[in-house]
Amino acid sequence: MANKPRITKAYTLGFAAAVTIVCSVLLASASTLLKERQDRNIQLDIKYNILTVLDLTQTKDIEPEKVFTLFDDHVLSFVVDSDGNRVNNRKAEDIDPKAEPNLLPVFVRMDGDEAVAYCLPTQGKALWSTVKGYIALEKDLNTVKGITFYSHGETPGLGGEIEKEWFTDGFKGKTILNDTGEIVSVTIVKGKMRENEKDPQHKVDGISGATLTGNGLNAFIKTTLGKYEPYFKTVRGESS
Amino acid sequence: MNLLDKKHRGFLKDPLMDNNPIATQVLGICSALAVTVQLQTAIVMSLAVTSVVAFSNVLISLVRNKVPSNIRIIVELAIIATLVILVDQVLKAFLYDISKQLSVFVGLIITNCIVLGRAEAFALQNKPWPSFLDGVGNGLGYSMILITVAFGRELLGSGSLFGFRVIPEAAYAAGYQNMGLMVLAPGAFILLGLIIWVQRTIIGTVSE
Repeated sequence: MANKPRITKAYTLGFAAAVTIVCSVLLASASTLLKERQDRNIQLDIKYNILTVLDLTQTKDIEPEKVFTLFDDHVLSFVVDSDGNRVNNRKAEDIDPKAEPNLLPVFVRMDGDEAVAYCLPTQGKALWSTVKGYIALEKDLNTVKGITFYSHGETPGLGGEIEKEWFTDGFKGKTILNDTGEIVSVTIVKGKMRENEKDPQHKVDGISGATLTGNGLNAFIKTTLGKYEPYFKTVRGESS
Repeated sequence: MNLLDKKHRGFLKDPLMDNNPIATQVLGICSALAVTVQLQTAIVMSLAVTSVVAFSNVLISLVRNKVPSNIRIIVELAIIATLVILVDQVLKAFLYDISKQLSVFVGLIITNCIVLGRAEAFALQNKPWPSFLDGVGNGLGYSMILITVAFGRELLGSGSLFGFRVIPEAAYAAGYQNMGLMVLAPGAFILLGLIIWVQRTIIGTVSE
């Protein structure tokens, strides 16, 4: 290495600065160029998950365009606050639950003018990670229509099974209110449900080896349902 | 100068078998375990790692006579990190589903010892073209093992290849069961161990 430059402090600093500038310019331009596509993918993913849990699509091979049109045609989205009042100037898709825990997005499946199902985002800590998902309720706001977890970092094969259909199917048809109309949520039991399990309408088969993941899910699903309850009360009041 | 003469072919071929980064040097194991449950993710990960090693080798080789040696590692890491973030951004834009499954493991290519190892051991002493070949060779060596492991894990663990079911329903009806172990990390270790055994039987003992 005969032509190695003489290393002075100034040279070292200059070199470091040059590398930093080149790298940051590269990254900034890549991020700007690709942002639009990435945002579209994120939107597509959110909407696809909402459609699935509202039972508007069954297949994973649905075309992106179809997702957007199905969503626009059949799903009404809005935001309510923790007292159950509508918040008019916000879009449901833009709410960041971390930054604004008191703004609650609602996605309603409409059949003409009639609301047939409600979908709520839910998220919280499980064993290793923050789990994100959607839970859908029938129009009685009591029966669970479906649930899906689209983002998690639980152990594959154990807690990771929460994303599988055999597990999420267990929630379908369960109810979240007790006889007196109070929220009891749905609870994932430890392992399989026993034959003489108390209140089987509120219980779901658990995953053996993933009790702690299940406990996390139980806690945050209940919290989510509790937060929406003021709004649900107003809806139930209107229809009865 | 012939760009692909015997010596240059050696840079490309050596890491495939005799000096395979995973099987011989036992580097990059973490990601090899994490992304090999399915073939699809393993292949995308292989492509990502191969392009990062190849281009980081070229770039580091280009600046090798200019880098002040006291900030050498920092400069190498800056270059590698930039490339990895670029790859991650491109995956997020064009292969969103797969990038979601790969999650943090694309970002973790930055800390994959193969990349920094080749930069230190090869690119700093060699011209850009041999460095590029060395990067591609090591990337392919890594890919080869990853894809082999993923093939075994997806076939035995889920009964499918590329997401398509290959074990017929009749086999399940007759009592065949997917091997749950293959979906978990130990499955990858066992397959990897078998591959290393076969590879070392072929090339003879490795001095350690």
